[in-house]
Amino acid sequence: MSKKLLLNSKDIQIILHRLACQLIENHNDFSETVLIGLQPRGVFFANRIVEILQNEYAIKNLQLGLLDITFYRDDFRRRSEPLAATSTKINFLIEDKKVVIIDDVLYSGRSVRAALTAIQSFGRPKQIELLVLIDRRFSRHLPIQPDYRGRQVDAINKEKVLVTWKETHEIDAVYLQQK
Amino acid sequence: MDQLSVEHLLGIKYLKPNDIDLIFKTADHFKEVINRPIKKVPSLRDITIANLFFENSTRTKLSFELAEKRLSADVINFSASQSSVKKGETLIDTVNNILSMKVDIIVMRHANVGAGVFLSKHVNAKIINAGDGTHEHPTQALLDSYSIREKLGSVKGKKIVIVGDILHSRVALSNIFSLQMQGAEVKVCGPTTLIPKYITSLGVTVETNLKKALNWCDVANVLRVQHERMDINYFPSTREYSQLFGINKEILESLNKKIVIMHPGPINRGVEITSDVADSNQSIILHQVENGVAVRMAVIYLLAEQIKR
Repeated sequence: MSKKLLLNSKDIQIILHRLACQLIENHNDFSETVLIGLQPRGVFFANRIVEILQNEYAIKNLQLGLLDITFYRDDFRRRSEPLAATSTKINFLIEDKKVVIIDDVLYSGRSVRAALTAIQSFGRPKQIELLVLIDRRFSRHLPIQPDYRGRQVDAINKEKVLVTWKETHEIDAVYLQQK
Repeated sequence: MDQLSVEHLLGIKYLKPNDIDLIFKTADHFKEVINRPIKKVPSLRDITIANLFFENSTRTKLSFELAEKRLSADVINFSASQSSVKKGETLIDTVNNILSMKVDIIVMRHANVGAGVFLSKHVNAKIINAGDGTHEHPTQALLDSYSIREKLGSVKGKKIVIVGDILHSRVALSNIFSLQMQGAEVKVCGPTTLIPKYITSLGVTVETNLKKALNWCDVANVLRVQHERMDINYFPSTREYSQLFGINKEILESLNKKIVIMHPGPINRGVEITSDVADSNQSIILHQVENGVAVRMAVIYLLAEQIKR
């Protein structure tokens, strides 16, 4: 299985800072905004963004929630393997808030579709935006596009984009893998 | 990834310890779901579930129905008292008629032991046993263990006494299987007439002195006296039963520790348990009811996952 490096840890660091700055441009002090990381892998990415916003740009009172979309997926019983749920931790209401959904890779758009439905269980947000690290162009099944993207990747369906984080794989990197 | 090892939930004795773990982990997620402002997920949108209650039930039926609706399944209800069963239709005919309406899962309570197993062999649907005669009531046992796990951290190594009418109780039997599978010690306590003769062959111990039993245990699961199943007199009077086996404030205060009190409901207040105990902070009776919905959601969700279209 061949693996091509798309982003190294320095590239990712630069992207994280840029995305954080773009968020600040649109959301000022984040008093009306909540961030929602999608379980399981979007959470590491969301945590990094939050770290930068807090430590380097002194944003206080950031609200970060973790959302599991297992029960909202449309491929329940259509997959060969059963879905395993992870936990949802949203300890605030999102009624009338601006929501930024954060995930690592945007591919078919089905996870985001599920997240849009799931988020309604916590209130009616004023607005929802989507922030992704990798936007895989040309592979969408649904009309969903990101508002903030780290890097656009043109990959064919046979290829897989693999994001690794220091927390789990000792190194921050993005690879393009042949399946 | 994890999947149940069984195709139907007919009884605890058919499950493996891993199944119980998986059900509890899934139930944790659903417990979080049912505490949200909007308590519903769309997972089972294309699943139809029939609740067939050939025997009376209030809370089990409500709990199942709520669990099914929280998962967005379509639900049809059937009670034997208002149906053609009274006109002499057989169980298979009744169920096949319902199945021709394209039902995926059947939740059934029936007065006959083994009704669920029988049905699972003859019809093409997932069967969930919601109580078959005096045999098993698996979801009740699961929610009881789930509630113990929630209150005490785990079931393993805990001492549980089941008090009351063991002879007629499917809750007792399912609980014995479930608790032992999870590594708990089980004792039964009640009048000798209401304790099955060979119960010790299941690996439980018997105690006829309530105070001794309570002093031994961490949790007391108090069962209802099932007057409707008693064709003869098993004890002289309700008054005598409540004096010897009723749980009241005095007996709890005389113990050297604080035990957890459970009851599967419906409660005969003043018979097997007094009001001050049932409503005290030692009692987790209402938590059991809440957990019942989460555990039933987990069971239905995990079985539905096996249905391929």
